[in-house]
Amino acid sequence: MNAPAPHTRQIAKDQFFLGARACIPVAISVSAYGLVWGVLAKGAGLTVLEVILMSGLVFAGSAQFVALELWTATPSALPIGALIIAALIVNLRYMLLTATLRPLFAPDQMTGGFWRMFLVTDENWAMTVAEMARGGGSRAFLLGGGVLAYCCWMVSTLTGRMLGAVIDDPSRYGLDFAFTATFLALLLGMWRGKADLIPWLVAAVTAIICAKLLPGSWYILIGGITGSLAGAAIETFVGGRRAELA
Amino acid sequence: MLSSPEALIAIAGMALVSFAIKASGLMLANKLPRQGFAAAWIKNIPGAVLASLVAPAIITGNLAEALAAIATGIVFILTRSLIAAMAIGVLSVYLVRLALGA
Repeated sequence: MNAPAPHTRQIAKDQFFLGARACIPVAISVSAYGLVWGVLAKGAGLTVLEVILMSGLVFAGSAQFVALELWTATPSALPIGALIIAALIVNLRYMLLTATLRPLFAPDQMTGGFWRMFLVTDENWAMTVAEMARGGGSRAFLLGGGVLAYCCWMVSTLTGRMLGAVIDDPSRYGLDFAFTATFLALLLGMWRGKADLIPWLVAAVTAIICAKLLPGSWYILIGGITGSLAGAAIETFVGGRRAELA
Repeated sequence: MLSSPEALIAIAGMALVSFAIKASGLMLANKLPRQGFAAAWIKNIPGAVLASLVAPAIITGNLAEALAAIATGIVFILTRSLIAAMAIGVLSVYLVRLALGA
């Protein structure tokens, strides 16, 4: 990634497709969520054009689900401010996700990096950081997964909106579990030794408690922050050997 | 009816804040030191976020999710294959839900 070789373009192309291929398992769960969202969007009164615009421009599943709860079919009653604030709050956790992508961008490449953040989803982020933990990962890898997720999201939300209730609930086939299963496997793949135990446990326990007490997706943000701070504190102040391993 | 000005403003606003949040994470991280506590913190985020995403779904779900999570974990540790682990997880959750009539 540092020295530009003559075949850089080819490497980027390979990385793009590698990233897209790595995201195929999660593309299934993206599509399943997208179908459900599309069906619910029809019920909430979103027009086809609004579905295309929201999926295409907002491109954030959890924020779009929350938006459906606030949406009204009568334009004059639409709570514009609440919709925007809800999107902001629900998406706060993305600050944590994109922060971890820093190693992919040299300081002088940051401007190009910001635009790419549009395509960051839970799914291609998770695949990319798992790849980074194995010593790989690149901007093109992130982009490949992002483009696949974007296509799946557009097609599935639109399909759900068009077909409406004709579609079965994906949870009937266990497809809602694809997300959890893949992320669990990714987490296990990131295990580097005992030093991971405490930050992961802190994150898991905090998240479980917050999920019970707080609405929405706060548990991801709070669990992520407490767990990672615990890990950093142990490494920095207790002097774990993790720094050398990484 | 295609849309309304109100809906378009709402969607544009949502899009703007969503992108701003995503970009600001990278922007702020870029300002943090690349050694010491800040670097250790960023390095620990992925595992902590994944654990936070997964744990409540497994623990606060019903028996089907917990059993399927165990099956997923075993298959991943044995095969190191993401697809296999995901497929077994989905299949187990489907079968256990069917068995429980949930």
